[in-house]
Amino acid sequence: MNNFLAWIEQRLPVMEAMNKHVVQYPAPKNFNFWYFFGSLAMLVLVNQILTGIWLTMNYEPSGDGAFASIEYIMRDVDYGWLLRYMHSTGASAFFVVVYLHMFRGLMYGSYQKPRELLWIFGMLIFLVLMAEAFMGYLLPWGNMSYWGAQVIISLFGAIPVVGEDLATWIKGDYVISGATLNRFFALHVIALPLVLVILVFLHILALHEVGSNNPEGTSIKKPKGSVKPEEISKFKYHKQYSEKYDIVDAIPFHPYYTVKDIMGVAGFLILFCWVMFFAPEGGGYFLEAPNFTPANGLKTPEHIAPVWYFGPFYTILRVIPDKLIGMIMMFAAIGVLFALPWFDRGTVKSVRYRSKWHLLNLTQFAICFIVLGILGTMPASDTANLIGVIASFGYFGFFVAIWFYSKNENTKPVPERIIK
Amino acid sequence: MKKLLITLLAMVPVLAFAAGPSIPLDSANNDLADKESLKRGFKSYINYCLGCHELQYQRYNRTFADLGISDEEGAAEWMYTGEKVGDHIKNTMPAKEAAKWFGAAPPDLTLEARFRSPDWIYTYLRSFYVDEARPFGVNNKVFKDVGMPHVLQNLQGIRTMDENGVLSPASGGTMTEQEYDAFVRDLTNFLEYVGEPNKLERKNLGKWVIGFLFILFILSYFLKKEYWRDVH
Repeated sequence: MNNFLAWIEQRLPVMEAMNKHVVQYPAPKNFNFWYFFGSLAMLVLVNQILTGIWLTMNYEPSGDGAFASIEYIMRDVDYGWLLRYMHSTGASAFFVVVYLHMFRGLMYGSYQKPRELLWIFGMLIFLVLMAEAFMGYLLPWGNMSYWGAQVIISLFGAIPVVGEDLATWIKGDYVISGATLNRFFALHVIALPLVLVILVFLHILALHEVGSNNPEGTSIKKPKGSVKPEEISKFKYHKQYSEKYDIVDAIPFHPYYTVKDIMGVAGFLILFCWVMFFAPEGGGYFLEAPNFTPANGLKTPEHIAPVWYFGPFYTILRVIPDKLIGMIMMFAAIGVLFALPWFDRGTVKSVRYRSKWHLLNLTQFAICFIVLGILGTMPASDTANLIGVIASFGYFGFFVAIWFYSKNENTKPVPERIIK
Repeated sequence: MKKLLITLLAMVPVLAFAAGPSIPLDSANNDLADKESLKRGFKSYINYCLGCHELQYQRYNRTFADLGISDEEGAAEWMYTGEKVGDHIKNTMPAKEAAKWFGAAPPDLTLEARFRSPDWIYTYLRSFYVDEARPFGVNNKVFKDVGMPHVLQNLQGIRTMDENGVLSPASGGTMTEQEYDAFVRDLTNFLEYVGEPNKLERKNLGKWVIGFLFILFILSYFLKKEYWRDVH
């Protein structure tokens, strides 16, 4: 057996990779609650891929057959209802964990130098995830699927000169039709998941190259020879890390964080399964009532709302009267997040050691984001519009403000070592 | 773009109608675990509703199995037009003609309880009143200007609405008010069942899964604690 493993190892360094990325990967010892969401996002991704494969086996991507095939899965396929609810609940859960994962990055400055590329890969994942969710949402071919897609695709029509042609090109027809459904299906089950998996892989490689940040925002990699021998972490780390640095306040990812993440997974699954088994419609937010009637191009739902996770960006679009500017601002709302590592000119990472202004700014940003999200699921009204405008200012204001105060910020001294 | 605009304009009446005021719904208080109620509801559905409203996603034998009816008994007692037990519950009404007759083709009701809610169905079927301005002489408080006639009128009787929107007690039906409410409750119960036939199984399985996960969570908590003893 050992000979066989050695034979493999000489040809493909599996154990070497395992050691480098899992068993002998130095992780800061002070990860808190917020650090569960990365592994949970991976769990949900795997859930979506596996349940997606099995759903595909019985789903029929056509205008005539899609809606009926979903009900076929719900009624005639063994545990088809379970697969479908795992997938639909998983879609919302994906955004819950990804939003919390991103907010963790904001709080502890995980986007700052040297983790800019890591952050950008993460943002690309978020972008692809939104496209993936948008296209997947059309596939049940319910009436909300249809009109949701109609509203969003028609936005492209607002682009000068090429807009109308572009919208037609995306739809593959003059209206949303079976042709649109088929191409969305192809993108949803093959193209985007493939891109997503590759991006996740790169996200993790980039993470392991620069190392994990932590709630203190202090580095666990000290210059070689700068730490007293008895202070150096007693665990064995891969030579790629230990030869270049003196590693302090760290623990190997496995077994410490693997056992901790198992606990996180169990806790998460309790909540996930509670929704899935007892409230799969998620109060009408995960599965919307109008989607229990088939797509009908002549009958709009009473109130067309995007799924909750698009709410914040949809509100920014909606509060701006001009369609084109609205669309630009909606994409800009995602674009500014990409550029966050350059908006923030500070060097102190964690909110724990940054100024009161930063704490205030971060808090108002979180509140505005949630308010925008809630507004996005509600019908438009004058009051809602006014609040939406204010919250949009708060959203973009976060980036403007951070650029100004981060240059000469009144920060607290960051401890050299992790004590908490 | 023109096409879209025309479509949108054509929808204006639909939109206007859809934005009607919502009235408070009565609570159906139906019980999915009550198989006798489901059977009565199924029977009523076949007798009073199926002529116009299909359940095209639901099969006869699935319904029989869930309601505790054998296929033989079901075929003999519940199926009238020579279908096979594995067939979907459909009717023979031509949709195009039906649209002419009623203004809109009667919708499939397999998912009605999920689209509207059981309480809506329960209230709707009890809210018809006389309105001579409508083609069938009746209107509905929950679904204004609905194309559907009051097909249960010989059971419930008919009600009138005063200028304050209050419905009078029904008169002229073969059932008392309590009997009619129970009748509609059974029908509502059946429609909730048909909307999601696995609902009871789902909730039952859910209890076991969550129970298992609690144990897993506790064990994983102690496992983590044990491993982390040497981290300081």
